[in-house]
Amino acid sequence: MNLSMRWLKEFVEMDEMTPREFSEAMTMSGSKVEGFEVEGDKIKNVVVGKILSIDKHPDADKLVVCQVDVGDSQPIQIVTGASNLTVGDMIPVAKDNSVLTDGTKIKKGKLRGVKSNGMLCSVAELGVTVHDFPYAIEDGIFVLQEDCQVGDDIRTAVGLNDTKVEFEITSNRPDCFSVIGLAREAAATFNKELKLHIPVVKGGSGDCTNMVDVKIEAPDLCQIYSAKIVKNVRVKASPRWMRERLRAMGVRPINNIVDITNYVMLEYGQPMHAFDLRFIDDGKIRVRRGRKGEQITTLDGVERKLNDTNLVIADANKPVAIAGVMGGEYSGIVDDTTTIVFESANFSGSSVRITAKRQGMRTDASARYEKGLDPNACVPALERACELVEMLDAGDVMDGMIIDKQFEKTQHTIPFEPQWINGFLSTNLTEAQMKEILTKIECRVEANDIIVPTFRPDLEHKADIAEEIARFYGYNNIKATPLPGGGQGKYTDRQKYDNKIMNSMIGLGLSEILTYSFVSPKYYDKVLMPVDSPLRKSVTISNPLGEDTSVMRTTSLPSMMEILSKNYNNRNPKAYLFEQAKEYIPTALDKLPTEKNVLTAGLYGDGLDFFAVKGIVEMLLNNMSVYNYDVQATDKEFGYHPGRCAVLTINGEKLGVIGEIHPQCASNYGIDTKVYAFSLDTDIMFANAQIEKSYHPLPKYPAITRDIAVICNEDIPVLTLEKAMSQSAGKTLESIKLFDVYQGSQIETGKKSVAFNLALRSAEGTLTDEQAAATMKKIMTALEKAGAVLRA
Amino acid sequence: MKNQLEAIRSNASLALESAATQQEIEALRIKYLGKKGELTSILKQMGKLSPEERPVMGQLANEVRSFIENEIAQGIKDIKEKQQAEKLNSEKLDVTMPGICKPLGDKHPLSIVLDEIKEIFIGMGFDIVDGPEVEYDYYNFEALNMPKDHPARDTQDTFYITDNIVLRTQTSPVQVRVMEKQQPPIRIISPGRVYRSDTVDATHSPLFHQIEGLVVDKGITFADLKGTLETFVKRLYGEDSVVRFRPHHFPFTEPSAEVDVQCFSCHGKGCRLCKGEGWIEILGCGMVHPKVLQNCGIDPEIYSGFALGMGLERVVMRRYGIDDMRMFFENDVRFLNQF
Repeated sequence: MNLSMRWLKEFVEMDEMTPREFSEAMTMSGSKVEGFEVEGDKIKNVVVGKILSIDKHPDADKLVVCQVDVGDSQPIQIVTGASNLTVGDMIPVAKDNSVLTDGTKIKKGKLRGVKSNGMLCSVAELGVTVHDFPYAIEDGIFVLQEDCQVGDDIRTAVGLNDTKVEFEITSNRPDCFSVIGLAREAAATFNKELKLHIPVVKGGSGDCTNMVDVKIEAPDLCQIYSAKIVKNVRVKASPRWMRERLRAMGVRPINNIVDITNYVMLEYGQPMHAFDLRFIDDGKIRVRRGRKGEQITTLDGVERKLNDTNLVIADANKPVAIAGVMGGEYSGIVDDTTTIVFESANFSGSSVRITAKRQGMRTDASARYEKGLDPNACVPALERACELVEMLDAGDVMDGMIIDKQFEKTQHTIPFEPQWINGFLSTNLTEAQMKEILTKIECRVEANDIIVPTFRPDLEHKADIAEEIARFYGYNNIKATPLPGGGQGKYTDRQKYDNKIMNSMIGLGLSEILTYSFVSPKYYDKVLMPVDSPLRKSVTISNPLGEDTSVMRTTSLPSMMEILSKNYNNRNPKAYLFEQAKEYIPTALDKLPTEKNVLTAGLYGDGLDFFAVKGIVEMLLNNMSVYNYDVQATDKEFGYHPGRCAVLTINGEKLGVIGEIHPQCASNYGIDTKVYAFSLDTDIMFANAQIEKSYHPLPKYPAITRDIAVICNEDIPVLTLEKAMSQSAGKTLESIKLFDVYQGSQIETGKKSVAFNLALRSAEGTLTDEQAAATMKKIMTALEKAGAVLRA
Repeated sequence: MKNQLEAIRSNASLALESAATQQEIEALRIKYLGKKGELTSILKQMGKLSPEERPVMGQLANEVRSFIENEIAQGIKDIKEKQQAEKLNSEKLDVTMPGICKPLGDKHPLSIVLDEIKEIFIGMGFDIVDGPEVEYDYYNFEALNMPKDHPARDTQDTFYITDNIVLRTQTSPVQVRVMEKQQPPIRIISPGRVYRSDTVDATHSPLFHQIEGLVVDKGITFADLKGTLETFVKRLYGEDSVVRFRPHHFPFTEPSAEVDVQCFSCHGKGCRLCKGEGWIEILGCGMVHPKVLQNCGIDPEIYSGFALGMGLERVVMRRYGIDDMRMFFENDVRFLNQF
């Protein structure tokens, strides 16, 4: 919210200070300043001038040559194209070496051969509009009707010398959405007196109490509705001081009646509305819920459908305004309006908030209502409006007030506990110091109670009082102490495990990525997920930003593919990436999904092959103490090459998948090189990790090595042969290393030769040749059973 | 005989000096010291000497022998050293050529800084707690003193799954979950992903990271909050950082504050980095609202505490001078390997 410093000074006498100093102090007492702007500070060397003569330009039909008195010893000559000038006009003159509001520099020069020592200005060139100066015209020179002298600085002449300070008002302080609210904060901040004004209305134009009948039919949404009537309305422009203040606060001046409603809203924070009495059928005002099928065209010309969540102001037949948000187009002030009803009411914040949101129209009024306003502010604001009507001679204010009040808002109390506050804040303030601060913000202390004004509903608890004390005492005056007690923080075993996964992956040459948790359901097609896959059922966002980010992923593969694709498109020759991702698996309706922790990796480039990737997985699992897992070929994993994919299981649970990405899937992502990926369920890894280690004595006796080559059908997996050997050999078989797989001319078609290097060792003594031979015989028997014979 | 011995000594010395290979030295050894060598044959004549001459000549002969043996040993050593030197010389490498690397991967910049933040808090005795990202409205809002129609909800544009389930807009719901399960003392941080329906641009992302902190115990004061956060900021940004606490409003803390650190670039004068303010806002914090404690079954008359929340992305952007938040989620390898 913008604040006019000039308006503020009406309520608080401020010492000389720069806008920066003011902003700093207000910010530190809790009213955050977002920025400030000194009006007209860009304008330089622009003064009031008077046209002495206007002559035709000798060489241009559309130009004239003016002699202008700018208060210097000699008049200056200026050439202009404007046609709205007459001799004697007072106009803004940008002299030689002057600057306009948009930064444009003006220098003397020649126009079609005639000297011009400056420029005459329009309203826009001064940074104001025709709304600020209703007598001025848009296209042409700003002919001043202000009380000013030749040679005056134009900023003084047109009142462009206010400072606007922009505040961020937090949602708990609707009272600060007003000049008076901020003045109260400023008075407390700078320790000045707050000078409030009590409106005085003369009236005397008859009683209005029975002219309109007001009833609140929805007392849960409206606490009070008050109105006064002004007759013989004289609609015209407001005086300059009012227009200047509105402009500084960012509100466009319209006419005296509308300006008064805005002025009071800005000053008191209480939105006002004015109806033309002619448009209130039967003189009945009903504050009620909207009815299904009802509609209203609002002031902005939009036709809006209403329902029972909307609170409306209606007459006997139809809604005339959406309460607290916007008035109807056909009930407002028009040029021939003679009698108006000024409304000042209090509507429920949440109702206004919901209505404004659903109708998609947030207004200055709704922004104030939705944070919850003080119902006790309605009547003073109404009286202020009527006082201004009289002050501006905008009409004749009638006596009496039309009011329906459903609720008595009384001041509440909070126990005053100075000792608790000192303890909570770690301060050492006296009771008197605290009382002084509280008094400044109009909280009275009586006995042991703090009486809270009704405009501060945010003060509910002694902790709230502590905040008020703290912010005016100064947060930065409170000492800073280290936390008592020693540190006992630690990573949990699981956190350590995840950290180690991260470090292992980096050591293995993969880089960490972070991707969005939400994807498009279409991405499931891109990774070739079967239409009947249960993973198609995702947690769905009901109000997504777009289709692309509309469901929570049940698999992190599409996110990985997306990033690989971006890198590929960016011509990065290689990308080895991983993510410690979450996958969101729905459970029951209205229950939270399971958030599965998954390590997903994707790799392309640098002559990578399946076994290099499998090697990464093996090294990782070994480093992460996951051992006895099983590996099987699978053609059931979507997204992967059906002949180059392995599924890993451990203790009957699926540990993960490794494979080459299906070329169709890669091509769906615009990648035409081989892509590899794996994913591991890190929850299952952790559950099966044998983190506890125990020492095994180093072998005392030498190992015997034997090479063995067997021939078998080509479709027998190597793992089957390895398992046959390890299960049959007994404990002397220390290790098996595959060193060759051969298919070709030496071997029968459909067969392969597989060669292993075996190490045999006993803990009891050096193995004899006979012992080794016995073990090898057992191994051969088992291999034969598995379908492999010794290669001749 | 004496002359003969002296001649052998000088001849052998000369010969050894000019010997260039181990083979030549071996030949000389045989020539002088071998079974049929010159010295040996002279010694064989010892018997012919008088008893007076014998010990004198014997001593001289031994001297000559050990002299030649030493010369031979020295000669061999010299030749070996020379050969070694020649070999090493021939093995010379251009050591300025690049090493052969199997490149390491890179940690994401957000993780690098997050790890640093975690370490700082662990050092101050905090544990790290995780919580669900898809969260009940109750934990994300209601228990944090933001009932259904609370205006503060407007400032956090929320993604809804159902009326009761949201994508958490802040990491604060973890506070509530921890307090429900655990009686004080509590000292935790909870980093993680949060979601708000902000359209993607250089400074906004619908997904970003926050770090929540919570301390609850008997007698925790606003001064403890200040002390803890000042320590944190100094450890993160350096001991000479200047910190200020500025009043603010959060529904779940009272008093609430925002913490600013004096602009690193202009030291408070105001510049482009700090948008002319001289200060950079880095986190929000406050004393836990008594209503929130109560909602979680902790008696606010006995316990008090403070909470803090900070966004990770902005800290990382400033640390590395990254000007576009989208870079974090694009994950271009040329970006990732810069940190």
